[in-house]
Amino acid sequence: MSALLRTEGVRKAYGGVHALDSCTVEIDEGTVAGLIGPNGSGKTTLFNVITGYAKADAGQVYLADKKITNVAPDKVFALGIGRTFQLTRIFASLTVLENMLVASKHGGAAARNRAMEQLEFVGIAGHHAALAGTLSYGQRKLLELAYVLVSDPAVILLDEPAGGVNLSLVNHITDRIRELNAAGKTFLIVEDNMEFVMGLCDRVTVLDSGAVVAAGPPDIIRTDRRVLNAYLGDDLEDDDPHPGEQA
Amino acid sequence: MKADQMKAGTVKAEEALVGTTATSVSRQRAAAGLALIVLAVAAIAFPLVFSSPVVTNYAIYALIFVAVVSAWNVFSGFSGYISLGHAVFFGSGAYTVGIAARDWHINGVAVFGLLPLAAAVGAVIAVPFGLVALRVRRHTFIVITIAVFFIFQLMAFNFSFTGGTVGVAAPFLPWSPTTFNDRFYYITLGCAAAMIVIAVLIRRSRFGLQLRAIRDDEDRARGLGVHAMRVKLTAFVLSGAVTALVGGVWFLYLTQVEPPSGFDPLFDLTLVLMAFLGGLGTITGPIIGALIIEPGQLYLTIRFTNGYLSEILLGALFLLIVLFVPRGLVPTAGEWIRRLRTRGRPAVVPVAPSTAVAAPPRVLPEAGRQAPPGEAPAREAKR
Repeated sequence: MSALLRTEGVRKAYGGVHALDSCTVEIDEGTVAGLIGPNGSGKTTLFNVITGYAKADAGQVYLADKKITNVAPDKVFALGIGRTFQLTRIFASLTVLENMLVASKHGGAAARNRAMEQLEFVGIAGHHAALAGTLSYGQRKLLELAYVLVSDPAVILLDEPAGGVNLSLVNHITDRIRELNAAGKTFLIVEDNMEFVMGLCDRVTVLDSGAVVAAGPPDIIRTDRRVLNAYLGDDLEDDDPHPGEQA
Repeated sequence: MKADQMKAGTVKAEEALVGTTATSVSRQRAAAGLALIVLAVAAIAFPLVFSSPVVTNYAIYALIFVAVVSAWNVFSGFSGYISLGHAVFFGSGAYTVGIAARDWHINGVAVFGLLPLAAAVGAVIAVPFGLVALRVRRHTFIVITIAVFFIFQLMAFNFSFTGGTVGVAAPFLPWSPTTFNDRFYYITLGCAAAMIVIAVLIRRSRFGLQLRAIRDDEDRARGLGVHAMRVKLTAFVLSGAVTALVGGVWFLYLTQVEPPSGFDPLFDLTLVLMAFLGGLGTITGPIIGALIIEPGQLYLTIRFTNGYLSEILLGALFLLIVLFVPRGLVPTAGEWIRRLRTRGRPAVVPVAPSTAVAAPPRVLPEAGRQAPPGEAPAREAKR
């Protein structure tokens, strides 16, 4: 497997605060990768740097070995990276179907059919004529996922897809991600729901204070002392050999 | 079995609802088409019924503003970027026709051939104007448009080729006074109708959809592949070009342009008020706003010699709109009609759950949690 998406030594500071500090992350093609870390560890900032919403102060971002550092969001999307947001961002005054067509590369009946297919896939096709602003929070999460899919991106970045939604919807979203992954899509998922991450991801990267502290399979990450330190504080002794592989 | 029956029932109910909706939509379309034909006939017959130049004068000004506010709305209403600098285009269009006719010695009906030049000048001005102003948003954008407006007004006052404070006079049109207004009525009606058609086409297009997405959340739209700057600039240039063309028509009707009338600070405030009164971003809203406000303003100006009265009332009307119909007449009326029609019905049409949603919730294949029998964990299945 080769790394489809890679960040190398990315740095990003807001004033004196280092949101990302020499952050190196690799996402293999065809995998579901998880990105976890305590609040303020830089997960969303990394998403913003990858997708062009924030400019990196230093370091590089590569998509299939092509440098895409500080490329504008519309171009990043055109290159094949789609993302969702932690707080859903939909076009409230447009209908659900119109929301889908915004992301579509072309207009016409073919685009509408494809949009409807994606809405059916996520399970909200019945609401296609409703204004997106009238959807519930969970339905908005599904709409965001659906319109990211419209342009058939190679990599999908999901920012807390299971945040604030009920268990049945979490399972529904999990199933959709698995189906897409089985069809070849690569995922990078930021999520605080550990069960969700550990059950879904092939590999998990842990960020703390903007730097990668551990990366590896979920079972190993779960017991990594440095990860526990990042989440619970540094009061645990750091004499344990590192079971997780180094990032 | 029960669940299947319930599902089948819901699907049937949905199909019935969809059928009813389709019938009502086709009825609505037929009614709208009929109303459109009636309106078109009424608009064409208007000067034949009301032949008084006093009345047609009101109508001509109203139609000029219908065209301009529709052009303004295509940019500001659709994109959410409120421009207070469209007088730049209107005045430039007027001056372009006046200066070109004067310097190139164009007389008679041939001056109408200069209108495309006015549109081109509007477009040319809009490009650098937009490239600067559209880099910023909201209040900053508004302030920049006002600043550019004052630059143009000052230029009109101070450059010699603009005629300074005297301005520019239009060439004589060889039309008899009895038909002068009627001819201009049909010219302005043509401009207004063409701009409305353009606005409708844009709203229905992918370009219009992208503009409306920018209005809702520009950054999100960019993240979905929308070239925001290109889209905004195209709309700004188009809007500027049409406004300049109509400015040229206005100049030929009025036969004179001076800096305070060509570059009038109240021009853009009036456009904003028209759009807000009728409904910003809708097609019919700004038209209704223009048809109410422009004749009203003109009447007050003619009726009362104190010219400030109409401006005071304009300001008061703005406050009333913001307080009582902030979304505008058309969306508010639409909301009332919808409420009356759907009274007693559920707010949202029930949706049949798709098979994917109806599938039993799976257990996450995590350590200590068993996957249901027969279901291989995704990671294993994938490899």
